[in-house]
Amino acid sequence: MVAAIENGTVIDHIPSDRLFEVIRLLRIEELEHDTVFIGYRLKSKAMGTKSIIKIANRFFSEQELNSLAVVAPKVTLSIIRDFDVVEKRCVELPHEIVSIVKCNNPKCICNNEPMPTRFIAAGHVLKCYYCEKEQQLSSVKLVESL
Amino acid sequence: MSENRSLVSIAGLSREKILYLMEMAHEFEQHPNRKILDGCIVATLFFEPSTRTRLSFETAANRLGARVIGFTDPKVTSSTKGETLKDTIMMVSNYSDVIVMRHYLEGAALYASELTSVPVVNAGDGAHQHPSQTLLDLYTIIQTQGTLENLNIYLVGDLKYGRTVHSLIMAMRHFNPTFHFIAPKELAMPDEYKQYCVENKISFVEHEDFNEDIIAGADILYMTRVQRERFSDLMEYERVKDVYVLNAAMLGKAKPNMRILHPLPRVNEISQDVDPTPHAYYFQQALNGLYAREAIICDVLGITLDDVRADKSILNS
Repeated sequence: MVAAIENGTVIDHIPSDRLFEVIRLLRIEELEHDTVFIGYRLKSKAMGTKSIIKIANRFFSEQELNSLAVVAPKVTLSIIRDFDVVEKRCVELPHEIVSIVKCNNPKCICNNEPMPTRFIAAGHVLKCYYCEKEQQLSSVKLVESL
Repeated sequence: MSENRSLVSIAGLSREKILYLMEMAHEFEQHPNRKILDGCIVATLFFEPSTRTRLSFETAANRLGARVIGFTDPKVTSSTKGETLKDTIMMVSNYSDVIVMRHYLEGAALYASELTSVPVVNAGDGAHQHPSQTLLDLYTIIQTQGTLENLNIYLVGDLKYGRTVHSLIMAMRHFNPTFHFIAPKELAMPDEYKQYCVENKISFVEHEDFNEDIIAGADILYMTRVQRERFSDLMEYERVKDVYVLNAAMLGKAKPNMRILHPLPRVNEISQDVDPTPHAYYFQQALNGLYAREAIICDVLGITLDDVRADKSILNS
């Protein structure tokens, strides 16, 4: 349904309502010369619908990939070389998340100064490093500057 | 930045550090007037007004021989022109040895402390933290009870929004207290702090009634204001506004050592007839703010308890 790639990265099992956030997080719009296949709202037995992204000739850093756990903790990643899956793994939520999540406290300093946001993850809860307000991982919003 | 000695939160202070600061405050109670900070400049940056806290910090700095610069009204600063907090802090860091900052945004003090090697003292950041208030509360408790250990501490009034009572719980976690939370339903202690008590093995009891019998077991009765604007239901406010008022008649069964604290300003939650009783301690508590803040300013500047004890610059008061 979505064309195979010779070399690159496949991000599968993306919840469809999180697809565009994953695109933002990986800055896919800025990948000028690489081919990107996006499957949106594909039928999935386990998820109802899912989305998938295949990015040719692009390998992301551990940090970039783990940042996906903020919006889509159950995605699976496949690294493709010569049409073969050479690595398959899940993402891991980093302990500290910088410049990705927006604090939901309007009175937090990080929403009022040009500064990176910083969160500490504990299970399904993210705690703002500055104001210490907590938010559920399932309801986070991303910073606008991504 | 090799070592940042800033005081931005009470949560990170160990038991040892709290007791150390208590000892240092005690030294300043003995001799509050010194020249130990001669040549130092303390900047007090008050991005929102707080006359009481500012006067206390500035008095502490002046009584130790420091000079004070700063502003009390952000309207006269560049922040009204759109200057960032970062730029203000970078600028003031060039002039001062310590920055005492009050800000209306939560987390502002922690952020400021990351920007500069000049130590930052949090004099209140929104509804978040106000560690100098907590340290002066602790000093008052130790001064009146002789210990911080195993005390029955009764918190009364607005326990939902009251920053001081939340910080007091955090600081007391090291000292095996039993808390009694006395508040109307709308202003009850939030679940996150009750959960904090459970996680830190702090005993607590909740009450809605506030009377002579309820407070008979208290060592410390910590009163706070019940503010009208905190209520979504004004009928509820009308129902409870006079329930959480302490008067002298309610003190008949109080323990002799019981002392009443209040972060001030009070409105009507402590009747004037309580003032002459031996239990009233809120004005001495405010004075303790001076000693606690003298200790805090010295500590963030790297002046140790031994330095304070060996200090030869004591002035006759």
